[in-house]
This record gives sequence, structure tokens and C-alpha cells, in this order.
Amino acid sequence: MSRSTKALAAAAVLALTLAACANTDDGDSGDEDSSTPELTVQTAIDAPDDAVSPAGDGSAECPATTTIAYIGAETGANAQLGINIINGVKLAVEEHNANNANCQVTLQTFDTEGDPNKSTGPVTQATNDENIIGVVGLPFSGESKATGTIFEQAGLVHITPSATGPALTQNGWTTFFRALGNDNVQGPAVPKLTEKLDAKTVYVVQDDSEYGVGLAGTATEALGDNVVGSDKVTTGQKDFSATISKILAEKPDAVFYSGYYAEGAPFNQQLVAKGYEGIFIGPDGVKDQEFINQAGDASANAYFTCPCIPGELITSFSDAYKKVSGGDAPGTYSVEGYDAATVLLAGIDEGNQDRAKLKDWVTNYDAQGLSKKFKWDETGELTELAVYGYKVQDGQIVSVGVL
Amino acid sequence: MDQWISFDWEALGANFWSATVDGLTFGGIYALVALGYTLVYGVLNLINFAHSEVFIVGAYAVVFTLTSLGFGPSVPNLAWYAIAANLLLALVFGMLASAVTAFIVERVAYKPLRAKGAPRLVFLISAIGMSFVIQYLIFWWRGPNPEPAVIMFQNKPVFDIGGTLIYFDSILIVSAAIIMMVVVDQFIRRSKLGRGIRAVAQDPDTATLMGVNRERIIVSTFILGGLLAGVAALFYVMKVPSGVLYLGGFLLGVKAFTAAVLGGIGNVRGALLGGLLLGLIGNYGQILLGSAQWNDVVCFVVLIAVLMVRPEGILGSNLGKVRA
Repeated sequence: MSRSTKALAAAAVLALTLAACANTDDGDSGDEDSSTPELTVQTAIDAPDDAVSPAGDGSAECPATTTIAYIGAETGANAQLGINIINGVKLAVEEHNANNANCQVTLQTFDTEGDPNKSTGPVTQATNDENIIGVVGLPFSGESKATGTIFEQAGLVHITPSATGPALTQNGWTTFFRALGNDNVQGPAVPKLTEKLDAKTVYVVQDDSEYGVGLAGTATEALGDNVVGSDKVTTGQKDFSATISKILAEKPDAVFYSGYYAEGAPFNQQLVAKGYEGIFIGPDGVKDQEFINQAGDASANAYFTCPCIPGELITSFSDAYKKVSGGDAPGTYSVEGYDAATVLLAGIDEGNQDRAKLKDWVTNYDAQGLSKKFKWDETGELTELAVYGYKVQDGQIVSVGVL
Repeated sequence: MDQWISFDWEALGANFWSATVDGLTFGGIYALVALGYTLVYGVLNLINFAHSEVFIVGAYAVVFTLTSLGFGPSVPNLAWYAIAANLLLALVFGMLASAVTAFIVERVAYKPLRAKGAPRLVFLISAIGMSFVIQYLIFWWRGPNPEPAVIMFQNKPVFDIGGTLIYFDSILIVSAAIIMMVVVDQFIRRSKLGRGIRAVAQDPDTATLMGVNRERIIVSTFILGGLLAGVAALFYVMKVPSGVLYLGGFLLGVKAFTAAVLGGIGNVRGALLGGLLLGLIGNYGQILLGSAQWNDVVCFVVLIAVLMVRPEGILGSNLGKVRA
């Protein structure tokens, strides 16, 4: 098959839903003097005293075959997010194994490239390996949706450190757990952020992913009349000129980009290069150092929402993480990956060393983690949540605290 | 909100000029890459599917050159002639890198097979193989993320049409694409090598009998395509400063290949026409239908429609038929 056929096939499977543009011409506030209010930057967060440590009490015993897995992106366009998580998981496993001579848990990783179409293979491979009794993953909503049933059939418990699609917990899966808030939490946080930034008109741009579409929906609803227009881009897109000319015509105070940094970064870079002077807001999928690398100086206008705690501000975690990552500071979802692995490891230490027992362990779990308290409802959603605001300052992503 | 398709004529009207300029700009880049497909097809009647990687290697060379010259994510603080000199240097390295890659592709994926008289399909497969090999060599070397952004200059509006600002980079890219196309066209028509290329395209056996060194012509054609891909690479980095990643060639390559087919594959002028048209059609379609997801759909619908009426593409004729 030739590449053109591939491209045709790819074009043919593009989603066919299309919402009419809701352009409203009022709400014109392109005042030049509207300077953005400065938000206070958080500098440190104390680790909770009662947080469960993966090291345990050192007395754990388990078979040498005991394995947990990370399944998710290791390569592909959004690989950095996966790497952040893997390093968090790795750190937890290393801390556990260093302290428990009689319980050496193996960590296996499976690469999905973050692509729903490629995710079923690695997941099947993992579920067929009887030694794997718990999984951290999958990181993205699309691939989580595509593979949830496989986990359910295998009775293999998996905790996603980052998939925020709200519908994921509506499938009746008993093996799916989410270590953070879903988009229904993050969407309403967008107007909280725009309010703090004094941005009255917002243009919403979404990509074609499960995540981008879902989040754009909840954010648009929460923003209400402040939305002055919307547009859609696709995964893999590099030229955003058509969308940008529509945005520049509306002169919004802020653009909310609902998607991932792979498109968000060149989009914002091109937007600013064409003379856009407003704020750029991205969700957790955009909040990554790679966004700044790729958008360059244009990233100075960027703010983010994220149901994730700024892990680098917890010094003890940050220092330990750097040893695993080869010097890189914790990234988005590093702490969540660490926490998710800790839940599994604590279960193994308590003697829950097959799939059924470990699943029960997670279902009934109720303890403090580094990022938050972990206690799930019957669908697999956490019961207590917070969304953090972030901004770019001097080429770094810094927290501005809970929104 | 529930209808699956809707036409936003108002948006198209409001954004017509910017869509046109942006479409032509990217169309110019497509056209330069499309030339590589078209030239090779002209002499070998084969599609070089590794050409997208020939292009992206050039883009890497451009980024590396500029980075080592001190360019980065900030607008460089240099006089215009200093920037121009640096960009020229990057252009030279980009063209060299692409040309060398094209040469290697020919030596590895084409020549040994040609010497053995392999059937046509085998060349397609070996070229696709080369394409993957180069992609994943880059992946292995540079990792999954794009190279950090390289901003070449402060892009400024030069003039405006009906309220739409026309930026310097657009003017530069479109005019350079057209000039390059004229140069190549004249080169094929008038130079000795061009005459050889045309002779091989028309009838390789007779050309060989007349003393044309077919092997040399084929290699030269690959290299020529590579040089042009290097030019496209510079403009691509100019427009998409963070678009250089291992998969980056593939996406653009598909568009460029489509452009070549649309204009008439094997036809130099067809590549320009096809590229510019494809850039325009995609942009118009995207704005009219309200989503970038429609960009490719509209492009391919137009391609199919054109091929139904003119199976050889808009300008149809192949390289051999060009008269001196």
C-alpha cells in the first residue's frame, strides 16, 4: 500500500461531527491598555506528613516474579508526558525495592505511543503476562477508552495518572481508577483562571482527540457568554494559519487551546508571530516544558490549568526524582505516577499478590498520597480534588496555586 | 450544533485574503518538495517514497546550522544582512544534507535493484523501507520530540490587502518558490543535463544508444530533487520553527506527493501549480467547513475529482514531452 493510500485512509476516518461556529460580535474589548494582572507564584509545598511511602516498613515479602507495569507513551509526539510518569513510577519502585530485600518488584514498560490505534497490542501483551498484577496507565483518554475492556476482562487493576476524559468512568469498569480529577473539574477551572487574569473574551480552539473535544465542551459551558468564537484543529497539524486569521479577526483577550502541546506549541508560536497580544491558556496536556521549547519566546503569554500538584515544589520528591530521571526536574504527572505506583506497591506489601486481591486493595484504598488523598468512589473517581493554575515565567512553568 | 457538516461562508469571506496568502505560502513549500517526486518519476516512472525523509534531513541540517550560529527561540538581535548571510549558510547546509540523503537513497534503494532488473513494485517497497529506516534513525538519534524552536527573524507585515496584513515571510516564500520553479524549468529545457533528463524520460534505451549516461542522469535527478527539498526545508523551518521532528517529513511529504499528482506527475510546472492549488484549497476548505479536520478531506476530494476528469493531472504531460 502506498503512502497516499495511507493518507486517504487517515483522512477517511476523521471525525465527521462538526459544530456550527457560535460567533458573536458583541463583547468587544480589545482595549490596548488591558494589562494582565500578575498572579502570585507558589514557591514551595510541604509534603503531607501522613503520606504513604512506597518504601513501606521494609518487612514485605513477595515472589520474585511480582511485576507491575507502566503502559503508555514512551515514544511518539507526546512522549514527554509518558516519560514524566515513567520516572515517577520508577522512583516509587526503586524506593520500595531498596527498603524491602525480600520483595523485589519488577517494573515492565509497554509503549503505546499514546495512540489509541496502537494501544490494544501492548495492553493485550501485558494482560497475558500473569506476573503483572497491577498497572500504572494509560496516560491518555483516547487509548484508555480503547483498552478499558481488555483490562476489565483480565481483571487487571490499572490506575491512570493522567487520563482526564470524564466518560472513562461511565463504562462500568471495575478495574479502572483515576489518580486525578477529570475534565469536568478542569473545565470549570478555566473561567476561574480567566477571571483572575481579567480576560473577558475567550476564543476556544479544540483538537480532534477524545481529551480535547471533551474538555472544550466543559470549558465552553463554564465560560458561557465569554466565548466569542471557536475552531477545531487536528492532531499532527503544523500550519494553523486558517484558525489564526479567524482568531485575529475576533481580537479575544484569551485563547483557550483544548489539546496537547504537540499542536498547542506551534499553534501559539504562530499565533504570536502573527501579532496576537492576548493570553494563551492550555490545559494539562499543554503544560509541559516541551511547550516552551517548541513555542519559544511566544510561550511567555501562556497559562495552564492542571488537576496536578506542582511536584517540583515538594523538595524531597524533586531531589529523589532527579536521581532517577538523570537530572530532569519532575514534570507534569510525575507525582501522580509516583502516587499511583505507591498505591499498588503498598498493596503488594500487604500481601495482595495476585490480580484479584490487588484490585480489591485499590477499590478499598483510603490513605494520603504525596499529591492528594486517595479514596475512590464506585466508578473509580477520586472523592477529593483540586485544580492548580500555572503560568510561564522566564522560560519555566510555575504554579500560581489552587484555582 | 448537531449537523455533521455546515458551510460558514461568512468566515470564508472575512478571512479570504489571509487564507489565500497563507495557502500560497504553504503551497510554495509543497511545490518545492513536489518537484523532487516529479523529477524522479519523470526519469524512472517510480515514486520515491523516501523523498519526505530527504526533505526532513535538510530541515534538521537547517535547524542545526542555525542553532550553532546562535539562533534560538528568541528573535535574533542582528542586522538584516547578518541574518540573511546566516540564512544563506543554513540554506547551503540544508541543500547539501538533502542532496546527500537523496544520493544515498538512490545508491541503497534503487541502484542495486536496477542493476538486477528488479520489477517495479520492488523499488516502491525498498523506497518505503528507506523512508522508515531514515525516520527511525532520526528517532533513535534525536528522540520523539521536535527540535526546539528556531526563530529566523522578526516577521513584519509589508503591506495590506483589504485589511489583511501580508507578512514578509509569505512574500519571500512564494516568490522564491516561483523563481526556483522557473529556474528548474529552464534548467530542464536548456542545459545539457536537462536535455539528458528529458531524453531518459522519453526513452531510456534510445537515450543510452545515443550516448547518454543513464546512470549519471538518474543520480543527478535524485540530487537535483534533494537540493530543492533543502530549499523547501529552510522555508518550512521559517514557517514552522518547531516542526522538525522525525515524523515531520511524512506529513508534508504526503501533501507534496498529492500536489505533484494533482498538477500532473512528471511535470515541473504541474508541481508548482499543484502545490499552490493544494495550499489554497486546503485553507479555503478548512475555513469554509469550520475545522482543520476538513483540510485533508477537501484536498483529496478535489484530487479525486480532478483525476476523474484528467487522469494525468491538471497539466498532464510528463517530463519527456517538454520541448526545448
